[in-house]
Amino acid sequence: MATATQESTTSALGERQTRLEDDALLRGLGQYADDLATTPGTLQAAVLRSPHAHARLVALDAGEALAMPGVHAVLTGADVQRWAAPLPVGVRQPMEHWCLAVDRVRYVGEPVAVVVADSRYLAEDALDAIRADYEVLDAVVATEAAVAGDAPVLHEAVGSNVVNDRSFSYGEPDRAFREAARHVSLKIDYPRNSCTPIECYVVVARYDPADGGYDVAANFQGPFALHSVMARALKVSGAGLRLRTPPDSGGSFGIKQGVLSYVVLMALAARKAGAPVKWVEDRLEHLQAASSATNRVTTIEAAVAEDGRIQGLRYDQLDDCGAYLRAPEPATFYRMHGTLTGAYAVRNLAVRNRVVLTNKTPSGLNRGFGGPQVYFALERLVQHVAVELGLDPLTVILRNLIPADAFPYRAPAGSLLDSGNYHAAVELARTGGGLQELEERRAAARAAGRYYGIGFAAVVEPSISNMGYITTAMTPEERRRAGPKNGAVSTATLTVDPLGSVSVQIASVPQGQGHRTAAAQVVADVLGVPREAVSVHVALDTGKDAWSIASGNYSSRFAGAVAGAVHKAATRARDRLARIAAAQMGADPGDLVFADGRIHDRNDPARSLSFHRAAGAVHWSPGLLPEDEPGGLRETAFWSPPELAAPDDDDRINSSLCYGFVFDYCGVDIDPVTGRVTLDRYVTTHDAGRLLNPDLVDGQIRGGFAQAVGAALYEELAYGDDGSFRSGTLADYLIPTAAEVPEPVILHQETPSPFTPLGAKGVGEGNNMSTPVCIANAVADALGQRDIRLPLTPSRVREMIGITESEPPAAHAAPSIEAPAGGSTLRATGVVELEADADTVYHAMLDPGVLSRIIPGCHALEQDGDNAYRADVTVGVGLIKARFEARVSLTDLDPPHALRLNGAGSSAVGTAEGGAAVRLSPREGGGTQLAYDYQAAVTGKVASVGARMLQGASRVVVDQIFARLRQEVDGPGASAGDRAWGRRFRAWLLRLLGRGGAP
Amino acid sequence: MKPAPFDYVRATTRDEVLTLLAEGSEQVRVLAGGQSLMAVLNMRFAQPGLLVDITAVEELRRIERRGDTLVVGAAVRQAELLAWPGLAETVPLVARALPWVGHYQTRNRGTIGGSLVHADPSAELPLCLATLGGSVVLESRRRRRTVPADDFFQGVLTTAREPDEVLTEVHLPVARPGSRFGFREVAMRHGDFALVALAAEVRGDEAWLGVGGVADRPVVRRMKPGAALADDLDALAWELGGEDDGHASARYRRQLVRELGYTLLTETAP
Amino acid sequence: MKRLDAGRSHPVTFRLNGRERTGHAEPRLLLSDFLRHDMGLTGTHVGCEHGVCGACTVLIDGHACRACLTLAVQVDGRDVETVENLAEDGVLNDLQQAFRRHHALQCGFCTAGILMSCTDFLARNPRPREADVRDMLTGHLCRCTGYTGIVRAIVEVAEQRSGSTTEENEHV
Ligand code: FES
Ligand code: FES
Repeated sequence: MATATQESTTSALGERQTRLEDDALLRGLGQYADDLATTPGTLQAAVLRSPHAHARLVALDAGEALAMPGVHAVLTGADVQRWAAPLPVGVRQPMEHWCLAVDRVRYVGEPVAVVVADSRYLAEDALDAIRADYEVLDAVVATEAAVAGDAPVLHEAVGSNVVNDRSFSYGEPDRAFREAARHVSLKIDYPRNSCTPIECYVVVARYDPADGGYDVAANFQGPFALHSVMARALKVSGAGLRLRTPPDSGGSFGIKQGVLSYVVLMALAARKAGAPVKWVEDRLEHLQAASSATNRVTTIEAAVAEDGRIQGLRYDQLDDCGAYLRAPEPATFYRMHGTLTGAYAVRNLAVRNRVVLTNKTPSGLNRGFGGPQVYFALERLVQHVAVELGLDPLTVILRNLIPADAFPYRAPAGSLLDSGNYHAAVELARTGGGLQELEERRAAARAAGRYYGIGFAAVVEPSISNMGYITTAMTPEERRRAGPKNGAVSTATLTVDPLGSVSVQIASVPQGQGHRTAAAQVVADVLGVPREAVSVHVALDTGKDAWSIASGNYSSRFAGAVAGAVHKAATRARDRLARIAAAQMGADPGDLVFADGRIHDRNDPARSLSFHRAAGAVHWSPGLLPEDEPGGLRETAFWSPPELAAPDDDDRINSSLCYGFVFDYCGVDIDPVTGRVTLDRYVTTHDAGRLLNPDLVDGQIRGGFAQAVGAALYEELAYGDDGSFRSGTLADYLIPTAAEVPEPVILHQETPSPFTPLGAKGVGEGNNMSTPVCIANAVADALGQRDIRLPLTPSRVREMIGITESEPPAAHAAPSIEAPAGGSTLRATGVVELEADADTVYHAMLDPGVLSRIIPGCHALEQDGDNAYRADVTVGVGLIKARFEARVSLTDLDPPHALRLNGAGSSAVGTAEGGAAVRLSPREGGGTQLAYDYQAAVTGKVASVGARMLQGASRVVVDQIFARLRQEVDGPGASAGDRAWGRRFRAWLLRLLGRGGAP
Repeated sequence: MKPAPFDYVRATTRDEVLTLLAEGSEQVRVLAGGQSLMAVLNMRFAQPGLLVDITAVEELRRIERRGDTLVVGAAVRQAELLAWPGLAETVPLVARALPWVGHYQTRNRGTIGGSLVHADPSAELPLCLATLGGSVVLESRRRRRTVPADDFFQGVLTTAREPDEVLTEVHLPVARPGSRFGFREVAMRHGDFALVALAAEVRGDEAWLGVGGVADRPVVRRMKPGAALADDLDALAWELGGEDDGHASARYRRQLVRELGYTLLTETAP
Repeated sequence: MKRLDAGRSHPVTFRLNGRERTGHAEPRLLLSDFLRHDMGLTGTHVGCEHGVCGACTVLIDGHACRACLTLAVQVDGRDVETVENLAEDGVLNDLQQAFRRHHALQCGFCTAGILMSCTDFLARNPRPREADVRDMLTGHLCRCTGYTGIVRAIVEVAEQRSGSTTEENEHV
């Protein structure tokens, strides 16, 4: 068959162009998930969530909630068990992950019930009326603690928190380590973070009782392999779950993969309510319970020669996937598996990968997926090798980089690095970014006594994931039994309508990357029509569009794979049109050129046919078409690269199709007092193969860079020791703003990929992988430090510089007001001087009447055993007020010397539990000294958003209790102003030093 | 994140506000700029029965100089005060600190009074009021009283305001000739609440240092520039104590009090 | 002094994008929800509902404010402007065009709020320095762009409108 020569005078590919998406978005006319029209009668959902990190769900009573006006239904674990199945898990272990807690909760924020009401406002009113009783269990939060033998086990049937444990050996690592001159090792504790998008999850679900199927619109980003997971959880066939995505999405960065369990949940809620149900996740829900990257503990070791050449690497990695292994986990490990040797020509590699569960939110896709964790360890190690050997880090990097003539290069764990010239890229960066200047600045700064450091990172950026990599978590035997999985099918459908307009449907589910623009450029190029004449549709409907399991927006697969499928579909359409036009024009199809909206005969410039006319013919006059030409014009192309094979029997896996190269360096200046890290200059060099639209590529780089600056300096999803979540708002989880993100110097090198149709590779995740460690290396260099933990907050950096405090003056030793580091327990001690004698004070505290008066906000106190009470208490601190159902008790009675006052309560904003040890001792000259030492733990919503002020707030409450006690025993005349010891001291100081008489 | 139900009144006179507070006290919340209260309501950390919006009360929206005092109505927006032409000469410390309060957009709505009543220990305006030795006027049906900053701030989010009172005026002492002011803040990001905020006034050989973000309220101490300054700052740091939280350690906060306090006082001195 | 009861809807009459409109709102209804779901203007987005992200920023009486921290009943009698009002006669205004030229948006979710802030900011600060622009922008979170394009677009519009460069403004 003759093929038309591809020639186009309007070639848009490779040019800087504005985006087709922007016009509508700038007018506020985007069609995001929460903007889509809903069916009349659509109800709104709100989710009741666990305040506990680990607890048995003993009882759930939604009676009162159901009786409230506007409330239609409450979905509970019992419904879910009746209609659904647990979400399928990626490893063979007896764990059940239901979309709604059934009898146990395992992380703060885990869904426990769903209220469906006329409005979100009413639904939230009803949440407050649901009573859930929990029996709290010990939580395990620290990853290494979860591995220990005595750790509380999350899934008892599994018997351990390690749900997958695999060891790998490539080459001869043992020999390499035996023979190496030096061993250099580091231990890394990589924190949890999330590229959290500004738009949260949205799901609109409908159940059709006639066919038992579900129709769900959600801002899900893929991969659509997870469609099977959702369908199986809903116990329907693939066709029984019609999943649709909106035309626009407010960002994802991997995170919107995690909406999958809410797709199932809301589908069931719609079934329960008998009406369509819409759920719009709010930010508190999102930060605590949506998804995040894994946190990871890595011990990494290198066998090195004296010249810095790395002869072997050993990884021992614990990946913390949170409370459940939600699909596609444990993919965070295996996405990077073939690439564990990074950009280096290291042939010997030993790896142990353990997947660990803890009482945290389940992890999932997050931009850079697996890369930040791996490269933080590897590139920190390379820097440290340089320090140990007294070499320049760049020298060590250059000595180990894979040489340019080795490509395509098969890495020991299986990645086939498609193309590159790493040494040239480093050279480009060195000269183009002004490394020498930074070195001079460092020398000058150091001479002036300042802290200035330079960091490097060399990173291989994989793109277009092999759908089979995840099976590396299984043993070769298990894989044989399960059947091979591999490949990455991308799809595109091109249609030409009777008026000659071209439209393209792609299954790439963009989240802001401008896929419509790029796809239109590809098509315009092939068909020789203006870019504006091509409409691109990106809203995916599994019920009628072409898609496959690899569809979706992840692993930077657009440029390399999807654009390739678009190109293929467009080329097929062009070839058909060429034959049709050739027949009409009496020319040879091979001589036709598509350009300027026309089809030209290259041999006779006078002869041409408009694109419209040729395209129209397939619809209007099929009878006149050449033989074999069926008429109509719609081409669907599927494309899967042959290079993506299943893991072999030696566990080698080519985990991605393309491997870009990123080389970064930066100079940081550290304020010696505040510890603030300022990026003096950041240079990032990318080889992403052929660039389809450099503007879009730079946009991806800058965006990833900004997120990585956040990961390096600001962001952490923090948990207390009891599993309480501590980063509940955007004032706690700190995303960098325009004042924190400098502009990086971006440099490009283009080494086309031989494996993708357009030579392009994925781009956009590289800086998420390279930048955190590059900045960490610079800080390590500036401060001469080995152990660097992210985020590098001013406080943490300043602690590294060193704070030497004298012993606290004796006066301050008494009222210790420091919480144990990192803990969620609040603790304080204080002393109250009372006029009354110890006996009076003691008995007052045992008197329920007194007790009800000294507990602030106590509305009702009912005896519930010996010295035990139930109480209804409104606790207020400033404008914050919450009503608690509380239990109060007095224990450890030692009249009239000591007792313990205990309290525990739950409210819609969270739970609190604590106790105060109280000692009474006679005062010289009459009266009593009351000393208290209290500890309290707070969890739930209030802990997740108020962490900054909890300690102080708890003091306010405790102070109130003892101030009221004082009024009770000493009479109303007793001053409330200076009751606590600390306060008296302060008042005294105030008089001494303060500005009573202000100027 | 939607508020629980409440009634709403847009008050137009101070009298209306006082009446509503007298009738409902505990159940009433005054809504000024709403930049803290609305977030708290959205999270359902408070469920008042009635919100009294005071932003349309003209009496509470004035900025005027009365002798040695700049009187700022409680409902004056932060952006309005920042744009008030005489600010830099009248209360230079406030002029310097205000740009650190929240963001451009929240200052457009946030009020001076609202920020003080909220009494966030890390907030800039309470620190300024305390450092300058200013005061607030609290009014209720029962009485009108002027409360100095030292007595007003009583702990985390806690003030001397009684439930039936509303803060109506803020009294900022006008800078005296010869006084010099300094302000420094260290926050995680631009616009975040301070990890440590420091405000200084130096006049002749007298100096005052105010510290926010460390103790449970702003604390002001008289300091003696000179040989003993470092020791005094160390004592102050220990007195303030500070707490560890997710963003900074207590040690760090204390150290900034020592070192930044020293720098600030030295720089501010003539 | 009218007391608006909880649980009942009350008329809210205001100017929205230059036209007088009336809707009904319970006292607790947030302005962000009111604009999006009752007025049908979904260009204003919601990203946090606690005043940090800036996605919901609209103009109230010309000032950039958080719609998520404002009650619908509070805008009764006021003037509200949203992103839908920026284009003039169907043509993107200079700021919108600059955003497009400089790739100041990717997903576009933060964009409406930023455009509204800039509208207010440039009206009151016709000759900003780049540092002022970045300072104003700290009231917005963009997770996609790294802010470079946003800053460039605003700086360029400020220069075009005022006829001076931001570098010159540094010395003003
Ligand atoms: S939604 Fe209003 S500031 Fe985030
Ligand atoms: S463009 Fe996506 S958040 Fe700004």
